[in-house]
Amino acid sequence: MSDKTYDKQNPAFYALLVALVVMAVGPIAMMLMTSFKLNVDIMSDTSSLIFMPTLRNYETALCDFLWYEAAHVDYCDKTFGRALVNSLIISLVSTVLTLVIGCMAAYALVRFRFMGRDTVSLSTLAMRMVPPAVLLVPVFGIWTFQFQIDGTRAGIILVYVAMNLPFVIWILQSFIVQVPIQLEEAARMDGAGPFQVFFLVVLPLIKPGLAAAAIFTFRVAWNEFLLANALADRNSRTVPVTIVNSMTEFDIDWGVIMATGMLLAIPPIIFTFVASRQIITGMTAGAVKG
Amino acid sequence: MQSANVNRLTPYLFLAPAALIMAVALLYPIGYMIYASFLDWNPSQRIGEADFVGLRNYVNLLSDAAFLESFWVTIKFAAIVVSVEMFIGVGLALLLDRNIRGMSLLRTLFILPMMIAPIVVGLMWRYMYHPTVGIFNRTLKSLGFETVPWLSDGSWAFASVVIADVWQWTPFIFILSLAALQSLPQSAMEASRIDGATGWQQIIHIKLPLMMPVLIVTLLLRLIDAFKVLEVILVLTNGGPGLSTEILSLRISRTASEFRELGEAAAMSNFLLILLMLLTFGMFFYNKAVEVRAARLRAAAEED
Repeated sequence: MSDKTYDKQNPAFYALLVALVVMAVGPIAMMLMTSFKLNVDIMSDTSSLIFMPTLRNYETALCDFLWYEAAHVDYCDKTFGRALVNSLIISLVSTVLTLVIGCMAAYALVRFRFMGRDTVSLSTLAMRMVPPAVLLVPVFGIWTFQFQIDGTRAGIILVYVAMNLPFVIWILQSFIVQVPIQLEEAARMDGAGPFQVFFLVVLPLIKPGLAAAAIFTFRVAWNEFLLANALADRNSRTVPVTIVNSMTEFDIDWGVIMATGMLLAIPPIIFTFVASRQIITGMTAGAVKG
Repeated sequence: MQSANVNRLTPYLFLAPAALIMAVALLYPIGYMIYASFLDWNPSQRIGEADFVGLRNYVNLLSDAAFLESFWVTIKFAAIVVSVEMFIGVGLALLLDRNIRGMSLLRTLFILPMMIAPIVVGLMWRYMYHPTVGIFNRTLKSLGFETVPWLSDGSWAFASVVIADVWQWTPFIFILSLAALQSLPQSAMEASRIDGATGWQQIIHIKLPLMMPVLIVTLLLRLIDAFKVLEVILVLTNGGPGLSTEILSLRISRTASEFRELGEAAAMSNFLLILLMLLTFGMFFYNKAVEVRAARLRAAAEED
């Protein structure tokens, strides 16, 4: 293949590319810029590109993690710091649980073939179809009155794991199918039990699939608002919930809210740059391979 | 003997946790919701205390002007957003399917809008749409034009919400169509080039028909997601002004939390679910029908 040689294109084409990149990244860059501005600069009429960058907004948002006393923070509002910790715990735990459970289920479905792959694909699609808004009423009712786990992190984690499982099983299936069965048979010959075969032979081979699944699961749990809003109480609120809560107030503190938004956006942005290949694989796996 | 037993049980052991969690936290709630849609239920009651009212919630909904309005807004939003995104996304894919430097960086940058929390997307756009400090109105003003009431006028608000969604989700279609384009058989391209097909003819007669299966799946996935959009609109307009941007998901969450009518919210959820189900199965069977037809054509061609 001609991987290293590139075709020459006309300049208008490159102009279009630049325009597209500006359009895609512009709003994010603007949020980043605003998060470094004082409210005076945000509201002023002068050009928005010239200003003194300041970390004040981040200091206000993260005041309870600071090791020094920030001069301008007279009252430290711990809401955001607490929400950040909640978000981290909830997303990480639900990602790990979903991966472990989903991986085992996908393996069973592929290797022991007691259900057609079509059934699984169709039911995954059916589950993907269910909007979080539809789960809102029943999950609120059940969690509050029957399981009595409303307002706890465990309750939120349980919904996220259930919501993500169909997709994770689906993605991992397509990776497990490609693991040659001879490898597993050889391991079994050497005396490995089914669990050893799974953990020592299969898992290491499907790492790219696990990476894609992990990113997607983490992203859903990290970004989700509606169910977290219905289930969380003051102590288990996640970051999206606190952001929306501070939006509805009449007077919006744009600098601080942009800083919190930026903090919420940073993990997904990092993942995108580190693992864009895996993300694209995960995104196209379902549609293109069929 | 013992190991045979273990082997027989293994698939079930592997499957049990996933099955259990999905049954408890996904299937049970959906069944519960269907039951709740027949109840007159408010959030302070246990479900056992709620009165059974039969189909009353559904009948109420059909005569509820606000619900019908938000149903219409949802359909309009999904239709517009998906067709605009398909048009731009597929168009860009056809245009950018070239061997150029930096393509992978471009794709990485394009994924960013999809990865960021919808809440944050709403936040950024709300700032940009801001009547005085937002970049759009600032630019308009400095160029000497009238400023635009982006979020405070009904039809402008709807357009603003559509623009934000198009920004966030066009890359999804772009990336899927690009992947489809790059997996097309090179032989078909070359054959057509030798037959003297122009660029346009190639696109219309060869690339698009060959991409069709992927495009239909993409369309389906995007359409399903368009019905699920909630956070961006919640942050941008919270359904207002009036009911101009109140899509069904938002209506459900407001009916449950503001109006405290859980039964009615459940009935609405059912409507939404049935709508999505019809869509999914419709697409699924369309796909199957196309496959069957293609197989028959192929068989007929082989007979000749």
